[in-house]
Amino acid sequence: MKAAAVLARAEHAVKAPIWGCKACGQCVLHSTGLTCPMTCPKTLRNGPCGGVRPDGHCEVKPELRCVWLKAFERSERLPLWRGHIDDLRPPVDNTLTGTSAWLNLATGRDRQTPAGWGDVEP
Amino acid sequence: MSNLERKLSAGQFVVTAELPVIDGGGHSEIIRQLAPMKAFVDAFNATDNPSAHAHASPLAVSIAMLQAGVEPVMQLACRDRNRLALEADLVGAGMHGVENICCLTGDDVTAGDEPESRRVFDLDGPQLISVTRTLSHGHYLSGRPIKPAPRFLIGAVENPGAPPYESRVRRATKKALAGARFLQLQICYRPELLERFMREARASGLSERLAIIPSICILRTVGGMRFVATRVPGIDVPPATVARIEQAADAQTECFELACELASHALEQPGVGGLHFISFRKDAGIAKLCTRLGIPPRVERELNGYSASVAF
Repeated sequence: MKAAAVLARAEHAVKAPIWGCKACGQCVLHSTGLTCPMTCPKTLRNGPCGGVRPDGHCEVKPELRCVWLKAFERSERLPLWRGHIDDLRPPVDNTLTGTSAWLNLATGRDRQTPAGWGDVEP
Repeated sequence: MSNLERKLSAGQFVVTAELPVIDGGGHSEIIRQLAPMKAFVDAFNATDNPSAHAHASPLAVSIAMLQAGVEPVMQLACRDRNRLALEADLVGAGMHGVENICCLTGDDVTAGDEPESRRVFDLDGPQLISVTRTLSHGHYLSGRPIKPAPRFLIGAVENPGAPPYESRVRRATKKALAGARFLQLQICYRPELLERFMREARASGLSERLAIIPSICILRTVGGMRFVATRVPGIDVPPATVARIEQAADAQTECFELACELASHALEQPGVGGLHFISFRKDAGIAKLCTRLGIPPRVERELNGYSASVAF
């Protein structure tokens, strides 16, 4: 457990200055154009809200350019994962907050969703 | 099956409208508000703390609407409730026979009169659509069963008038894939952006997947126009449009003419499946506008049929 905590701290030390990492423990940076959706004031994981200002800035923080505008632009420039931005990302698992997303990726924990998630037409 | 679902399934044109917010006055206030527009409207939206101002809850208002003999569309926003509370309200709605649900992310708390509130956004709009579908398939998000499953017609919103314009149809498509069957659009004072959205929706096949319903707002005063232009998140009003109302001899008449022009333009767009009206007039503004547009009352449409958009 101690090693996991150290890893979480190391990961945050790398990701916070570059991407403004909020330590959600279930990183989706690769599918959002390397733009962290948790830096959206509404923490939206599936695209921009309807409140984006005409100049492309945030409804909540007018000084901030919409995180999702950046995400769309950057995802187009990525050699990989370009189409992933259109995927429906599951609700945030709040039990993972503060844990290492790297570790959760390795163990597959970050891809575990509640049993009722992603239900398709019967 | 709700009347709205029956009509959408049959590909019929629908008219929805927003019930003004309810604070005091109880059931009689709801009946009073419904009276002037009831004859033209298929279903009424019960809004969920619009612009982040608290009012009677959409579930309570939806139940009252059923009791008043009209069909509600219960809006549910992600701003004020976590996933447990959202699921509870949805299952409660199902218990009362409230079937039409419109899922939205919601304006931020900073848009309202209690900006010191905690914002929730535990789910986002597309996730709420998916969770609502899960409930309608007979289980909670956890997988715990609900027997029998509540019946829902799931809808969503999209804003053709807010950036990123080029990605709005993609986002709406995500909502359709998550389970939305109708899409009420945000009020749009820039017709070229609605045109663009509809063009892209037709090209991508989105307008075949769900019913796209543009919103038309009937304002009344210069103050109302200025409020919409400056205070409502996501609505971009060209300065010339604001000036037009400001300089009009009779602001109420000019507001009505503006609504009429925007509604006619929306009806001309192939693929439009209905219209959604929001009126701030004290009289029968929606009935007048429908009459002017040639949209017959509900009963007449049901008897004789009505097709606003030939290319739909």
